[in-house]
Amino acid sequence: MSTDVAEIEGPDILKEWVGKSRVYEKSFNPQLYHEVQQFIFREARLQDIHDYDAWEELWTDDALYWVPANGTDTDPEKQMSLIYDNRSRIALRIRQLKTGRRHSQTPPSQLARVISNFEFLASDTDDIKVMCNTQIFETNLRGDTMWASRNEYSLRRVDGALRMAYKKVVLINNNKAIYTLSFLV
Amino acid sequence: MDGNFNPKWDDLIQPGRVHGSLYYDEAIFKEEVEKIWFKTWVYIGHESEVPEKNDFVTKSLGPMPVLMARDSNGEIQLLLNRCPHRGNAVCVQDKGNRARFTCPYHSWTFANTGELINYAFPEGYKGTDKSSLGLSKVTRVASYRGFVFGSMAADGPTLEEHLDGAKGSIDLLCDNSPTGEIQISAGFLKHRTRANWKFILENECDGYHPAFVHSSIFSVSDSAIGDLYGDAAVAVTRSLGNGHTEVDPRPEFRRRDKPLSWFGTTPDRLPDYVRQMNEAYGEDRARQIMIDGTPHTMIFPNLFIAEIQIFVIQPISATESVQHSTAIQFKGAPDINRRLRQQTMGSVGPAGFLLADDTEMYERNQRGLEIRQPEYLYLKRGEHRERRDENGYLIGHSTDDLPSRAIWKHYREMMEDK
Ligand code: FES
Ligand SMILES: [Fe+2]
Repeated sequence: MSTDVAEIEGPDILKEWVGKSRVYEKSFNPQLYHEVQQFIFREARLQDIHDYDAWEELWTDDALYWVPANGTDTDPEKQMSLIYDNRSRIALRIRQLKTGRRHSQTPPSQLARVISNFEFLASDTDDIKVMCNTQIFETNLRGDTMWASRNEYSLRRVDGALRMAYKKVVLINNNKAIYTLSFLV
Repeated sequence: MDGNFNPKWDDLIQPGRVHGSLYYDEAIFKEEVEKIWFKTWVYIGHESEVPEKNDFVTKSLGPMPVLMARDSNGEIQLLLNRCPHRGNAVCVQDKGNRARFTCPYHSWTFANTGELINYAFPEGYKGTDKSSLGLSKVTRVASYRGFVFGSMAADGPTLEEHLDGAKGSIDLLCDNSPTGEIQISAGFLKHRTRANWKFILENECDGYHPAFVHSSIFSVSDSAIGDLYGDAAVAVTRSLGNGHTEVDPRPEFRRRDKPLSWFGTTPDRLPDYVRQMNEAYGEDRARQIMIDGTPHTMIFPNLFIAEIQIFVIQPISATESVQHSTAIQFKGAPDINRRLRQQTMGSVGPAGFLLADDTEMYERNQRGLEIRQPEYLYLKRGEHRERRDENGYLIGHSTDDLPSRAIWKHYREMMEDK
């Protein structure tokens, strides 16, 4: 990838929500763009239809699944997060869902998510770093809920196929009181 | 008619039965705000949330927001965020560090003690007594071992009188810290819940539900919590007075006789913590503390100390509440603190292995009450086996409805102004 990059910073007053500055990739690789997009669309579909095993297989062994609270770039080793799962806790989350007795997912949420605004970040490793926006419509026994997030991924090629090493989901309202979020976000 | 005779309450709250409208009637909710939330001692926050002078954080007292600030003398202030001029908010930040708050509407400026320092274009206020125009404050403020409570009533029991048996729970918690101090420093998860606050309050010491509501996580992890709430469990529930209730698992932990078993771990996994505890308390006392563990106590009406985390229950309306939850941190004990945070993050909040399902139950209960028959909820489990412990507190089996009965008894006294 090109090193032709631009730094984007947010206004000071929104620092907590914009997060730290990120270096975006300016060059465009249509093939990679297509491949990454297809991967993330598939991930979204597996989440929407609750295909837990297939979703779990997307992760690498050193995976980190992070849904921060109260800001974008909080310190997960100091502050509470909604989800801060290493690989074994991802597995536990999936095992719980698969018991069929995870009451907040019994019946499972009916979901459709829309993903857009893909942007590549400069990466100093072989990992592919990409950001995108997601809107999720959820309906369950309680009623209808809209979720919106800014997501950040590190994807890695393992035996030729893309895998997720890192997924961070920054809910836009993560500083507010939010309803139960027990589907895979 | 006898002044104490109130047919409404006789009808709504009966021995072992309470009427469904107590959970959905907005008129009753309004009455609760006046007679409970704006009267009794309500937990606001912890002193460690405002460690430095001029720190402030937005908290709540019932449905009302409150600014908890540490003033420039180091004193805790509980300020009401309503400009005395025309009602604007003097602060819209969740937290920060400021000695003064300036109202954006007409620029009145207040010290973090509430005092009005100045207003714009003062000629227009010639002869006005500034001292009567400061920010209002929570009427009484008191803290116990760092836990700050506020009461909007000028008179009434002191905080320590109110805490009664629950004081011991706070002591027990702090004893588990090698410095004797805990910290609330990790920020809160805020879980919006479409259910009445009392469903949450009553669930906290309900030992009947875990085997069913949490069977999904118990069956796939090696959690030892499940054993505390079985039919054969030796853990007890206790009424600590004034509506405070607990589940006391110590009989079980003392039977196991293993330090840190309460936390699902062993001393060799937390060597620094164990060493600090031995140094602080001496080996015998430290061992006993580490066998007994931390409390599981619901302090009426809104502070739940849940072993390794706290929950603060905030009522929004008859049918909506917010659960605020965060990990407890032991001051100066980093190795155990990480585990406390990790376990808390796994368990609580909107995505938690436990709390997502508890909250699902609260919301289903709430919707269930739209079905108007039977009119009452049934809370008689274990009535026949209630007994007094050596201190005179009522105790029962860990799966009994004793905590609910104790809560409703106190609730009724408050609502009847007794
Ligand atoms: S409303 Fe605050 S100064 Fe006017
Ligand atoms: Fe529970």
